[in-house]
Amino acid sequence: MGSYFLRRLGQAALLLVVVSMIGFAILHLAPGGPLAQYAMHGNMSQEDLDRIAAQLGLDRPLPVQYADWFLRMLGGNWGTSYRDGQPVLHIIGAHLGATLELMLTATLAAMLLGCWIGILGAIRRYSVFDYLATIGAMVALSVPTFWFGLVAIFVFSVELGWLPAGNRETIGDGSLPDLLHHLIAPALVLALVETAIWSRFMRSSMLDVVGQDYIRTARAKGLPEWRVLSGHAFRNALLPMITVAGLQLPTLLGGALVTETVFTWPGMGRLFLDSIEYRDYPVVMGILMFSASLVLIGNLLADMLYAVADPRIRLG
Amino acid sequence: MSSTTESLPFTPEEAAPPRNTAWRRFRRHRLAMLGAAVIAVLVLGSVLGPFVIPYDETYIDILHRFAPPFAGPHVLGTDELGRDMLARLMMGGRISLAVAFTAMAISMVIGISVGAIAGYYGGVVGAALMRLVDAVLCFPTIFLLLALAALVQPGLGSITLLIAATAWMEVARIVEGQIRALRERDFAVAAEVLGASDRYIVFRELVPNAIAPIVVSATLNVAKAILLESYVSFLGYGIQPPVASWGNMLNNAQIYLTSAPWLAVMPGLFITLAVTSFNFLGDGLRDALDPRMDQP
Repeated sequence: MGSYFLRRLGQAALLLVVVSMIGFAILHLAPGGPLAQYAMHGNMSQEDLDRIAAQLGLDRPLPVQYADWFLRMLGGNWGTSYRDGQPVLHIIGAHLGATLELMLTATLAAMLLGCWIGILGAIRRYSVFDYLATIGAMVALSVPTFWFGLVAIFVFSVELGWLPAGNRETIGDGSLPDLLHHLIAPALVLALVETAIWSRFMRSSMLDVVGQDYIRTARAKGLPEWRVLSGHAFRNALLPMITVAGLQLPTLLGGALVTETVFTWPGMGRLFLDSIEYRDYPVVMGILMFSASLVLIGNLLADMLYAVADPRIRLG
Repeated sequence: MSSTTESLPFTPEEAAPPRNTAWRRFRRHRLAMLGAAVIAVLVLGSVLGPFVIPYDETYIDILHRFAPPFAGPHVLGTDELGRDMLARLMMGGRISLAVAFTAMAISMVIGISVGAIAGYYGGVVGAALMRLVDAVLCFPTIFLLLALAALVQPGLGSITLLIAATAWMEVARIVEGQIRALRERDFAVAAEVLGASDRYIVFRELVPNAIAPIVVSATLNVAKAILLESYVSFLGYGIQPPVASWGNMLNNAQIYLTSAPWLAVMPGLFITLAVTSFNFLGDGLRDALDPRMDQP
């Protein structure tokens, strides 16, 4: 058990180093590199730029610079924004809450709905419901999220007038009902793709479990079918879903970025796009590294949780 | 049945060459057939359509802007500058589909190469390559694509390359697994014993034997590339106006959502239609080419 965790932790640490190398490479691909901010100033001579480069240590060999940068990242010093000079981590932290709120709500909705669809599809395999759910999931995975957001705004805000067309709260209000009212549309839009993913995985997991010997045993000893399904099959079929939660994190983060744009939601995705607009490379890099680390840690946690929940895993 | 049938060592169905069996299985997959048909219509429509219809997609007709669809000479209406929507959808289809197919081809070349090298040689090189794949997969695709797109001059070529650069990893994983398993097989060992070069073994012996999953992931990659193009173009970092693509036609659509909703609805429908079709096609191909998958 302990050795499995240690090995898994080591893999994640190695991966973090590779991820940071990619980030570092992108940072240096930026026009003007880390000095882009100063190079954009018209009245900076090449001499000035060279002097700043020397002061910031940019004239050192790349591996040394990388090691220095990586250690600073680990220490929590992620640089400052070109736009307002605030520390990058501070800015990300200020936008993280809105994104997490959106992602957690969408995931919760998708988990409940997706698991229900998946289980029903597995129990009534090849039924009309199963067929429609399969087609529906495939279409849901093919709809561009931003377009689905536009359609949702058109239907629920423009035509029906039920939901606000964007933002996290009405300015000056911000009470809980107001916050929830604003949350519904973007959370549902983000949940669409997630629901499709959860339902597909839940269906195949349930089908795997229903074919196992212990289900046959449970039926053979005369348990009513609903107890076989809810007590034996469902609980075991849920286990692999822990991994799914980790695996679809990149999709979820990407979907959040697009949803936030359409619904002017003040989260990390919007911040990312705004920063790209302003060529605010430290923040762009920061969010890129932050989201990759989030995915990495999410996968690590999912794997460890799975190993705790399912003792069979440790052998493998 | 009759004694002649019994005396045959196998039934004619089993004797049929595998390709025909796959084709028969594929034809039974009605959604995949439908997907293939829709793709054919979309490709033909965007390649030939602009020659047929009487409007130019860049012709600005400010007097007839915001013409609603299915009323008047413009079948699908006009946009905020009075340009014919049908013409723009067809030309946009050319761009979107061309970008998607090219990006798919490039991503397959990268993915197959990385996967084949990692799977064939294994060891430190293989491990390093596959950790690189894992690391790139940690970045949410849209974040990576946008960050890279912000660094370069947006253009048709650069966007195609960037989409390919963010879509090759899954292919590499699939090919690596296949090659690693196949290189232990007798035919590969035989080729090695006969003194064939590594390149010959990989590309003439191993990759052709892994063609089924490669074809499937190529199809799914087209779907993914269409989606990615639409995302970056919608966000303004992809195909730049006045060149139309299905993605950038939605660029301004949000502003006119109240007054001219068809501007937002139609390009999205085409994207969804194209992506769904490629996904169904890929699904059908998987069932047809790899029958083990659908029989648990």
